[in-house]
Amino acid sequence: MALRGNLRDFTITQLLNLINLAGKTGTLVVDGTSEQAYVSFREGKLAYARVGREDGGLASVLHKANKINASQYRAIADRAGQMTDKELGLLLINAGYVTQDDILLNLQAYFTDVVRRLFTWVEGIFRFENDMLPPDDRINVRLDLENIIIEGSRQLRELEQLQDEIPSLDMALKFTDRPLTNVNLSVDEWKVVKFVDPKNTMRQIAGTNKLTEIEVRRIVYGLLQAGLVELVRPANAPVPPNPKMFPTENKEEQKTLINKLIGRIRTM
Amino acid sequence: MQTVKMVVTGPFSAGKTQFIQSVSEIDVVATERRISSDEERTIKSSTTVAMDFGRITVDEDLVLYLFGTPGQKRFDFMWEILSEGMLGFIVMVDSTRPETFREARSILETFRAYAPTPFVVAANKQDMEDAWELDDMRHALRLDKNTKLLPCVATDRSSVKTALLELLYSILQEMESGK
Repeated sequence: MALRGNLRDFTITQLLNLINLAGKTGTLVVDGTSEQAYVSFREGKLAYARVGREDGGLASVLHKANKINASQYRAIADRAGQMTDKELGLLLINAGYVTQDDILLNLQAYFTDVVRRLFTWVEGIFRFENDMLPPDDRINVRLDLENIIIEGSRQLRELEQLQDEIPSLDMALKFTDRPLTNVNLSVDEWKVVKFVDPKNTMRQIAGTNKLTEIEVRRIVYGLLQAGLVELVRPANAPVPPNPKMFPTENKEEQKTLINKLIGRIRTM
Repeated sequence: MQTVKMVVTGPFSAGKTQFIQSVSEIDVVATERRISSDEERTIKSSTTVAMDFGRITVDEDLVLYLFGTPGQKRFDFMWEILSEGMLGFIVMVDSTRPETFREARSILETFRAYAPTPFVVAANKQDMEDAWELDDMRHALRLDKNTKLLPCVATDRSSVKTALLELLYSILQEMESGK
């Protein structure tokens, strides 16, 4: 079934969040106003990205990163036209021009940059193609998405959208089961993370850290998007009186009432 | 006569009124008004501005009322009033309209903040070709693994019954666990 929609309603960070948490494999195709982008994932990790008419090939990436000079780049383009990036990579490593780390780090940086550019796209249609994998001739990386998501979330400025995402600051936060490792947080983000506890409301965390409502909302939004925390009712919050919930105070009668409802609906 | 109530909430045009109509023994008392905005009018011509009201009689001593909330945000002042005294709530989400997922999350979080009552999420229009998969919806709606996300077709009585039953099972489970 479809995973498609409009960027106005579903941002790139939200899509990355979904792909990350669901551990998806496939390609996100985004049709922007003037360009098309392809971002591929394997098991929820960024594997490959290409935007518009950019070549995005290994030689081009290494040239832009000044790892190979202009004449080397031209020579590769002339002589290695039929060579895959994997073959080219091996050739360059064996010839001593670059190391394996050079290749992987520069590809990671390039793919991350492509995704960063997508954060600025507010108009466009997206679809996720489960069966579309990166081209065979290109080198794939395996990059965790959490940091990219947090970075993208920092760019969200609209108060209205933040209020939609986090309507009440009287809710608390708790860590999800996902490990908090290798995540690059700002000082303010760490201040919030330090107080993540079901006993602390977001309002209390903001007050303690002297953060404004919009600041704490933006930070929490990033942590939520990266799947690091989830919203919970505060552990010590008084339960609001709700005397009319059941017509009786007796617990056994309440259970009987629920069982009667179940029985009635089953037979409808 | 004893009465209890459940609330059916969700974004504009998620299928709340239809959901209640599918199981109510009375014609749903709907307070509908013609849509004023062009954007909303392209989706449907009238909407609930105060509440829908459906009824299921259990026996001569017990009646379940189903209240549907208005989906448009400008009527959200009604939500807290309608949520008072509810046994639990159902959040309806149109599986074919990802543009409403953010609002659905917001409504869900708002209701969760009102009271710690059990809830389920009903993914409506799961019979449509362009419906999102449940797993994708779970992540998009930011639901944890313990939250019930149920495939639903609001026009199908058995599907609606399942959603109501799942909510009642959750209520019973919570009572038995002593929460």
